[in-house]
Amino acid sequence: MKETEKKNNTIWKRLTRHRLFLPIVCLLVVLLINVIKTPDFFSISINNGVLYGYLIDIINRASELVILAVGMTLVTAASGGQDISVGAVMAVSGAVCCQILSGGQVSTNQFQNPLILAVLAALIASVLCGAFNGILVANLHIQPMVATLILFTAGRGIAQLVTKGQITYVRVDAYKVFGGYIGSCPIPTPIFIAIFIVILMTLALKKTALGLYIESVGINGTASRLVGLNSTMIKFLTYIICGLLSGAAGIVASSRIYSADANNIGLNMEMDAILAVALGGNVLGGGKFSLAGSIIGAYTIQALTTTLYAMNVSSDQLPVYKAVVVVIIVVLQSPVFQKYVKSRKVKKEAIRMLEEGK
Amino acid sequence: MKKKRVNSSTFLLLITIGLFILMYAAGMIIFKEKGFAKPQMFLNLFISNAGLIVIGCGMTLVMITGGIDISVGSVTALVCMLSAYAMENKGMSAFSAVGISLLIGLAYGAVQGALVAYLEIQPFIVTLAGMFFGRGMTAVVSTEMISIKNELFLKWANAKIYLPIGTYNKKGIFQQAYLYPTVIIALVVVLLITIMLKFTNFGRKLYAVGGNRQSALMMGINVRKTIFLAYLLDGFLAGLGGFLFCLNSCAGFVEQAKGIEMDAISSAVIGGTLLSGGVGTVIGTLFGVLIKGTIASLITTQGTLSSWWVRITLSALLCFFIVLQAVIAGAKRKK
Repeated sequence: MKETEKKNNTIWKRLTRHRLFLPIVCLLVVLLINVIKTPDFFSISINNGVLYGYLIDIINRASELVILAVGMTLVTAASGGQDISVGAVMAVSGAVCCQILSGGQVSTNQFQNPLILAVLAALIASVLCGAFNGILVANLHIQPMVATLILFTAGRGIAQLVTKGQITYVRVDAYKVFGGYIGSCPIPTPIFIAIFIVILMTLALKKTALGLYIESVGINGTASRLVGLNSTMIKFLTYIICGLLSGAAGIVASSRIYSADANNIGLNMEMDAILAVALGGNVLGGGKFSLAGSIIGAYTIQALTTTLYAMNVSSDQLPVYKAVVVVIIVVLQSPVFQKYVKSRKVKKEAIRMLEEGK
Repeated sequence: MKKKRVNSSTFLLLITIGLFILMYAAGMIIFKEKGFAKPQMFLNLFISNAGLIVIGCGMTLVMITGGIDISVGSVTALVCMLSAYAMENKGMSAFSAVGISLLIGLAYGAVQGALVAYLEIQPFIVTLAGMFFGRGMTAVVSTEMISIKNELFLKWANAKIYLPIGTYNKKGIFQQAYLYPTVIIALVVVLLITIMLKFTNFGRKLYAVGGNRQSALMMGINVRKTIFLAYLLDGFLAGLGGFLFCLNSCAGFVEQAKGIEMDAISSAVIGGTLLSGGVGTVIGTLFGVLIKGTIASLITTQGTLSSWWVRITLSALLCFFIVLQAVIAGAKRKK
């Protein structure tokens, strides 16, 4: 009897100790609330030849967030800080893409320039934004959040500059593909894009030593420099990757609304992306990271957002709930709190042993 | 005679003051016909930025300890909204609005201070959450704009203090230059904080903690308490600044004061406060705010440029000063 209990105990312990335990539990809790609130939550139907349902909506809408969360995870791991300009970079990328496609007009019904050129230009623009952040953080040793604060405020202004203060519409079906559907495929394209990027990044991190390098730079920059890693270059690289991914997310977001709305594309996304990284069990102070955790975190947040919308919470009030969740997570993660919990455990153990000794 | 050495922080402050004088003089020469040289134009810089000056003072305190507070903008929005709600929808007096504003500020300061100082969470994350919480709570109170019609409040808001200087307008009538009480409050705050930083025990502790946390601890300073008090004071000043902002706008709405945290941070940085902590003056921040105000009024006077040019120029200026600080810090390290 006691033997099985012990065995159960160890399995339970191993389960709870797993890094992805907390993120998965969070996701399950959010889904459970949904099932109780709306019983037809998991039902998926086919309307007009496309998949339709709450679950599909969550996975679809979370695509940009997943892409951003991947970049944010790398930046967090290498530099111990977050890039808060991702939302603004999304706006810049969307603006560049739409402006080139429309050839400078406010609205267009056919491409003025080839699509591939526009997409490439948008990605280059966002890589430049990433490089700017990277130089400030890696070469000039400025705190990541303060350095990215510059683009956080200037970014939307630059996007307005690109679109000349207007909302540029691209009413072409070929452009709607990124945010819509490919041909008669019932699954939305953003899901494919997100999966593609995640696989690509996982391969890059696991098949090469890049992932290991990023972790070691994040754990101790000076020590990794001494063993021969170019820590400045690696930090810089993570910001470039983050910029590139933000740009990709920006194109998807602007394709959804087939326009470049400089004020609203990626609004408050930086908060969601940071939240996804934290929810995924990654330490916001840098070091070891788990890409899978961040991705689960991103889906959890989108599920939470959709749930709150379903409960008639307006989009203006949404930040209140998210802020509360952030505070709870960071308090649970904080070293002081963990030390306190540990000392409580040790004390309890000591008392128990004392009593047993008697 | 011993020659006084100019250290890096006074150097940054001197650059700021020089830049302000240069920009204003350039404005006076270029836009002379549009009234840029009038004394009232100069006073307007203070009138429209009174709230920001007070908020900037709080930001400077926090930045001296090596932290940052990006929740001030949403605290301002929350203060304006709740004051307007209390007076218009609940029929409370204008005095209770003052109380509400300061209490919100203190509550924000206490919670954020406790999380940063005692739980050692990164200030940026804590105040980022604070920023979203404040903005969201503003929407919870009301998503509609509430304009304030309380008589006493409007009397406060429109109480002009005339100065013995002025200009003649086109018809030859003498127009006296004026100030609002908000400006007086803001300048008093600047004076008080300057005295506190220079001459009190607490002020010196702030510099010690920001300069080197470890050695401050070894000197016997209660580091956590000092940081907590800095955030508490910062929250209080954010509440007060929010109220001054409210007196200026006489309304509460969700999008109010968006991005003011960025203005406050850039003002402090432009004014010579180091992001790494340990260095900074409130006088510098005051000049930082004035530079921001000058850019804004130059662009509005020019007329053809859009308003987002203010943001871009300010960001470029911020970038310049941050890089300058980094270069100075790098040079010091090499020494």
